Amino acid sequence: MTMVFVETDPAGEVTLTSAEALTFARKTPQLLPDGGAATSREVSGPPSGSTEGVVIGPLSGAAIAALGRLGVSVIHHLDHPDLAEYSAAAWAQAIVDVAPESGTLLASGTPRGMELMAHAAVRTGARMAANVMAADEDGLLRQVHGGTAFERLRLDGDLQVLTIAGHACTPEETTPVTPEVYDYDLTVAEADLATRAQSTEVEAADDAAGLTSARAVVGAGRGVGSENGFAEVLELVDHLGGALGVSRVVTGLGWRPHAEQVGQTGSRISPDVYIACGISGAIQHMAGIEGAKTLVAINTDEEATMVQRADYAIIGDLHEVVGAVNEEIVRRRG
Amino acid sequence: MASVPAQASVVVVGAGIVGNSLVHHLAELGWTDIVQVDKGPLPNPGGSTGHASNFIFPVDHSREITDLTLDSMRQYKELGVFTESGGFEVARTEERMEELRRRMASARAWGIESSLVTPAEVAEKVPFLDPDVILGAFWTPTVGVVDSVRAGTMMRESAESTGALTVSPNTEVTGIDVEDGQITAVHTTKGEIATHRILVACGVWSPRIAAMAGAAIPLTPAVHQMISVGPVPQLAERPGEISFPIVRDMDTFCYERQHGSDMEIGSYAHRPILHDPDEIPSIEAAKLSPTEMPFTDEDFDPQLEQAVELMPEVLSNPDVEIRYAINGLLSLTPDGAPILGESPQVKGLWSAAAVWVKEGSGVGRAVAEWMTNGLPEIDVQGADIARFHSHQRTRAHVTARTSEAFNKTYGIVHPGEQWSSDRDVRRSPMWQREVELGAVFFEAGGWERPQWFESNAGLLDEFGDAVMDRSAEWDSRWWSPIINAEHLAMRRRAGLVDLSSFVIFDVFGPAALDAVQHIALAQMDVAVGRVVYTPILDENGGFRSDLTIMRLAHDRFRVVTGAAHGMVDLKWFADRLPDTGAQIADLTSSWTTIGLWGPRARDILGELTSADVSHEGFGFGTARVIEIGSLEVLASRISYVGDLGWELYVPMESGLTLWDALMDVGRGHGLLPVGLGVYGTTGRIEKGYRAFGAELDSERSVVEVGMSRPKVKSQDFVGRAAHLRHREEEPKTVLCSLTVDDHTSASGQMRYMLGGEPIVSADGDPLIDGHGRTSYVTSAGSAPSLGRHVLMAFLPPAEAVLGNRLQVVYMEEFYPVTVASVDSTPLFDPDNECIRR
Amino acid sequence: MNILVCIKRVPDIAGSVTVDATGTGIDDSGLGHTMSSHEECAVELAIQTAAATGGTVTVLTVGPAEAVEQLRAAVAVGANDGILVEAADPSVFAPEDIAQIIGDVIRDRAEAGQTFDLVLTGDDAADTGDFQVGIRLAYDLEYPVLTNIQTISVGGTDEGGGPGGDPGSGRIEARGIGPAGTEIFSLGLPAVVAVHEGGVDPRYPSITGRMKAKKAQVVEYDAPEPGTGSLRVRLELPEVKASSVTILGEGPDAAPALVDVLEEIGVIRP
Repeated sequence: MTMVFVETDPAGEVTLTSAEALTFARKTPQLLPDGGAATSREVSGPPSGSTEGVVIGPLSGAAIAALGRLGVSVIHHLDHPDLAEYSAAAWAQAIVDVAPESGTLLASGTPRGMELMAHAAVRTGARMAANVMAADEDGLLRQVHGGTAFERLRLDGDLQVLTIAGHACTPEETTPVTPEVYDYDLTVAEADLATRAQSTEVEAADDAAGLTSARAVVGAGRGVGSENGFAEVLELVDHLGGALGVSRVVTGLGWRPHAEQVGQTGSRISPDVYIACGISGAIQHMAGIEGAKTLVAINTDEEATMVQRADYAIIGDLHEVVGAVNEEIVRRRG
Repeated sequence: MASVPAQASVVVVGAGIVGNSLVHHLAELGWTDIVQVDKGPLPNPGGSTGHASNFIFPVDHSREITDLTLDSMRQYKELGVFTESGGFEVARTEERMEELRRRMASARAWGIESSLVTPAEVAEKVPFLDPDVILGAFWTPTVGVVDSVRAGTMMRESAESTGALTVSPNTEVTGIDVEDGQITAVHTTKGEIATHRILVACGVWSPRIAAMAGAAIPLTPAVHQMISVGPVPQLAERPGEISFPIVRDMDTFCYERQHGSDMEIGSYAHRPILHDPDEIPSIEAAKLSPTEMPFTDEDFDPQLEQAVELMPEVLSNPDVEIRYAINGLLSLTPDGAPILGESPQVKGLWSAAAVWVKEGSGVGRAVAEWMTNGLPEIDVQGADIARFHSHQRTRAHVTARTSEAFNKTYGIVHPGEQWSSDRDVRRSPMWQREVELGAVFFEAGGWERPQWFESNAGLLDEFGDAVMDRSAEWDSRWWSPIINAEHLAMRRRAGLVDLSSFVIFDVFGPAALDAVQHIALAQMDVAVGRVVYTPILDENGGFRSDLTIMRLAHDRFRVVTGAAHGMVDLKWFADRLPDTGAQIADLTSSWTTIGLWGPRARDILGELTSADVSHEGFGFGTARVIEIGSLEVLASRISYVGDLGWELYVPMESGLTLWDALMDVGRGHGLLPVGLGVYGTTGRIEKGYRAFGAELDSERSVVEVGMSRPKVKSQDFVGRAAHLRHREEEPKTVLCSLTVDDHTSASGQMRYMLGGEPIVSADGDPLIDGHGRTSYVTSAGSAPSLGRHVLMAFLPPAEAVLGNRLQVVYMEEFYPVTVASVDSTPLFDPDNECIRR
Repeated sequence: MNILVCIKRVPDIAGSVTVDATGTGIDDSGLGHTMSSHEECAVELAIQTAAATGGTVTVLTVGPAEAVEQLRAAVAVGANDGILVEAADPSVFAPEDIAQIIGDVIRDRAEAGQTFDLVLTGDDAADTGDFQVGIRLAYDLEYPVLTNIQTISVGGTDEGGGPGGDPGSGRIEARGIGPAGTEIFSLGLPAVVAVHEGGVDPRYPSITGRMKAKKAQVVEYDAPEPGTGSLRVRLELPEVKASSVTILGEGPDAAPALVDVLEEIGVIRP
C-alpha cells in the first residue's frame, strides 16, 4: 500500500505538488511491495494495492472530491487542536500512527514534505530517499547534485519512505472515486510539541507563495544589469498578473529578496509560461523551472543554455525586448 | 543554428588577445575571407585573456620579448585602452638589488626609461607599502594596464567592419584534414571550412588543436594563482581602475595590483601546478570560466603573510575580504619563449601560442606579417615553432622544464644558467669518457656537452694569472677559469672538442646546387671537396642563419649548423627547395663530429693517417675522406676557434673509437679535451667570430656586421637585392669589438661583464644607432690569448672608431672600454696565420 | 553560546558533470570543492550568534583528509576550531551512519569537556541531497530539531509568548519560510537546527582570517566502518534533450510575435 501525505493550502485546496505526488504514487505500481500488507492502525482499512492519502487539519469537501479525482480511495484525516500549528514531530507521529508497516509512505519534495518524511522514517525505523524521480524494476531513481545527476538505489526494509522531486510527474486526474474518510481519536505527546511554530507572518511569504502558484512567471537574471534594472520585467509581471522569479546570482548580489529565487535552493515552479530574461540557464536554475509548460527565453546569446532549452526565444537585449513587449500588450489592449 | 563559411583563406582559432590581434593585422595587410572561430562566447570566450591581470612591465632581459611588448603597448595606446600607472619591482634582499641593477642594464640597453629608487620614494607613491620591508626598487614610469578584452574586441570588430572577417563564436574545432602534409580543411561544430591555413591562437588549448593535424605545439597549461581582495578604503579614495603604481614583490614572486577599490595579488611562488589540455573543463562544466580553475588555498597561504608584511595597512584590515580567488591557467613552454610560426610538421598549420597579454598584439602583428610576406618586422626567431628538437615536443620534456621554470618567473636567472631537469637525453658516443674526465656538462638541443673538464684543473698552475680568474660570485657562476686554461693549452698545443650536437643535413639530387645556391649568400658552385662558410639571408637581407656547407659531390651538399638554431635552419632549407630535383635528409643523429685544433693538430692527425694532411695537401676550406685505422673519416679543414685543425666526421657508432685513437696518439703531443666554453666563447671572441642570435639577426645587415665580401655572386639568392642595396648604403650601425680597460669596481673588486650591458659614451650618455637601437653588449668573454676581456657591440658609425674610449655599465657602475676592432678583423692573430700554418 | 556546525565537503559543480570510473560518483578531478550553500549560511548564522553571546563556533565534517580545507574555510570567516572525522570515502555511509558518527563525536567531545548548546546543519547536502542527517542526529542526541530555518536569534518567545532577546533564557528564536508565510519557532537548547540558505549573506574571508585558518586547531577522529551503508547502486546522468527552440526574432521587432504566443497561452491580463 502506498500512503501519501497530502498538503493543503490555506484555502484547503490540495497543493499542486501533492497532486504530483499522488499522481506519481498512482502511476508507479513498482512502489507496491508484493501483495500489500496489513496496517498498524486500529481500524480496519481498505484493501491494499491502492493509494491512500493523509491530511492533517481541516478537510474540505472540495479537497475530498479532488483527492477522489486523483485516485485516492482512502483519506486518513488527522485533526487535533495540538496539530493546528505546525509541529514537525507531532505531525510526523500522527502520520506514523496511521502508516502501513510495509509499503511506501511518501510526500512531495517540499520543505514540509521532506521534514515530515525524515521524522517519520526515524520513528518507523525506515530508510528514506529524498527527491525521487522514478521507480521501476531497477529500483528508485532520485535527484542528486541539485538535479545534475540521478542516483539509482534500492531501499531495504518493509517500509520505504520517499519524497517525490518537484515535477517528477505532471498531475493527472483519473476516474473519480469516492474516498472513504477515516477520522481518528489522536493523542499528541507533549514532547512532540516542543518545536511547534509560535506564529506565522503571512506578508513576507506572499512572493514565494505567488511564485509557485502563478500561471505566468517572468524570470530575471544577471542580464538585468543592476538593482535598478527591473522596471521592464516588473511591468511585464503586472501585465501577466504573474510573479517575478530571479536567479541565484540576482539574490546573491542583493538585487532582489531570496523569496523570489527560483532554482535548486529556491522555489520550484510550474507555471503555464516562464519567460526567462537575461538568464543563461545554470543547472541550479534549470532545476527550478522544469515544471514550466512553455519556456520563453530573451537573451543576447543565442547559444545560451536557456535559449537552447526554450520553446521560444528572442535574441536581443532584455530591456529593449521586454519594453517592446509591454508596449505591444498595451497597444493591443487599445 | 548559423553555420560557418564553406571556405576561408585562413581559419583563426581563438578569440583571445592573440587571435583578435591576428585577424586585425591580417585584414590590415589585405587578407580577405578570414574566418575566426572560438568555442566560447564573445567577448570573453573563457581563455586566459579573460582572467589576465593585464599589466605590462616593458623591461625584460630578452630583447625580442621587449620589442614585442613595446610594440603591443604602442598598439594598446592607439586603441585608447592602456592606462599608465607606473610600476615598481621591489627588492627585499641585497641579491635582488643586484638583480635590479641588471634590470637597469636591460632598461638602458633597450632604451626604456627606468631608475633605481629608495624605499622612501616607493612609499611616496604607494603610501600603504611598508618601506622598512624593502631595500629599494626598480621604477618604470611607463608601466600600465591594458583592457585586453576591450582591445581584442576593437581589433576584431575593425577586421569585421572591413568585410574581411567572419567571426563564429560558440564554434568548436572538431577535426582538421591534412592531405600530403598540407592542411586542407577544418571541421567545426558548425560545419566544415575548406582552407589551406589554420592559425592556432587558442592559448592553453593549442596543443589539442595542433594534435588534430598530427602536429605538436609543446606548451602546457599551468596555474598562476590570483586573488582579489576588497574593498580597500585606501584604494577607493581615488577614482578609476588604477591610479597607484603596480608593485612586483620580486623576492616573494608576487605582485599587488590595484583594480578599482580591490587589490589583486598574484603569485608565481606556489608549486608548479600543470594541467593536461584535455583536462581543462568544458565551458558547461566550469564554475567560472574553463581557465579559472578552482583555487587551492593551501598553495596561496604563505603568500598571504608576505603580502601582509609588505602592505600591512590595507591587507590586514579585517573588512578587506577575499572576494575572488582562482587558479588561473596560462601557457608555459619548455624554454619560456612563445611558439610562433608555421609548424615544421604540417604545412599550413600556424601557431601563435604561449603569448602573454603584454606581448599579445605585437605577436599578432608579427605573425600576420610573417604569414603575409614571410618576414615579421620584429625579429621573432627565438620564438620560432620550428626550433624544437623532437624530444622537446614530448609531454615529459614540457612538464619537466616548465615545472623547473615556473618559480623562476620572478626569479634571478643567471644568463649562463643550466636546466637541471630532463637531462641526459642526448649523449654523444664519447659521453662516458667525458664523465670520467670530470666534464661539466651544459645542454644544447638536448645534447650533453662538456663546457670544461675538471681533469684539466692542473692547467691552472701552468698558466697562472693568464687564466683571468673572477672573484665576483655572479661573474664566475656557470663559469670556470679552467675554460681559459683549456683555451691557452689549445693555442699552445692542441685541443679535442666533442661537437656531436651539430645539426647536419644533406641537400641532394640533380637540383641540389640550384637549391643551395638560391639559399646561401656565398658562391656554392664550387669544386667538390670545398667547404663554404656562408650567411643565410632573408628577403630583407637580414640574417636567418650562418653555417657551413660542404660540397660532397656534384649533386650533394652537407649543411652543418648549431644545435640551438639547427631545426629552424632545416625548415628554412626544406621550405625553399625546388618542387623537384632536390631532397633534404636530416643526418644529425647519423654523424658525430670531433674537432681537433691547435698547433700540434697536424702532427697528431698525421700520425693516425697515411693521407696527406700537409697545408699544401689538405688546404684550408677543403674536406675529404681520409682513413684513420679502419675508419673512413670525413675531415674538414675549417675552424671556429681560429687555429689549425679539422672537424672530423664519423658515424655515431664510431665516434668513441676515433676519440680514443686521437687521445692515444695525441697524449704524446699534449692533446687535451677542451670544452664548449672554448669553442663557443673564448676561441671565437678573440677571433671576432660572430654568433647567430647574438650578433647576427634579421635586423642588421651583412655590411653592418662587417661580413660583406668584395664581390657578390651573380646567381640570384634569397636577400640578394636587399644585400646589394645595403652595400650601397652607409651602415646604420657597426659591429665592433671592445676591450675592457679597467675592471675595478667602486668596492675594489674586479668585475667581468657577461653580455647584455649598455655601452655609453665617456660622459655616460646612451649611444643610439641608425636603427634607433641603444648600444649594448651582444657577446662578452675572456680573450685569454690577449689577457683581455672582450665585448662585442653595435655602435653608431660615428663612434665606431678604433681607439674610441667609451664606457660599459655593469651593475650600475661605469667601466672604461676601448674600441679595438670596427670590422671582422680578429683581435688575436689578425692575419690568420695560426689557421693557415 | 557554543555552537557546532556540521558541514560537508562537496564538489563545486556548475553545469554538466561526468560519472567517474566506478559508476557511482561524479568525476571531480577538474572540480573545486566547497561546503554546501545551506551550510555556508549555517556557519554565518553561527558566527553571528556566537558573537552576540560571547560563544564559540566549532565546525565538524565527516570526509576525506582534504575536507580540512572546508573546516579551514569556516575558520577563515570566523569559526574557532574544527573537528575532522576522517573517512576516505564518505559515500559508503548512509545518512543514518553519518548521524550516528556525529552523535558519537558530540558525546565524546562532551566527555572531553567540550559541549555544544546548538548544533547546526544545512537542510541537505548539495551532493547527496538526503535531507535527513540533521533530523536523525537530533533523534540520536534526543534533542529537539527544526529544519528549513533561515535566521536565528538568541532568546525569543518561550511557550508563554513573551518577547525574546534574553541570551540567558536558554532558548533561541528561529524563522523559516513555510507554505503560508514566515514561521516563527522558539526552541529550547540544546537543539539541532537545519538551515536553509537565504536568511543571511555568508561573508568572505579576510586575509587575516585566512591566515588564522591556516593555524586553526583541528581535532581528528577516524570514522568507523559503515554500519547501515549507502544504498547507491550507480549514478546516472540525465539525457540531454535536443533543442527545439523556435527563434521568434531578434531585438524589439520580435515583440509582437511573443505577445501572440502569450495570447495563445492565455496569460495576458485583459
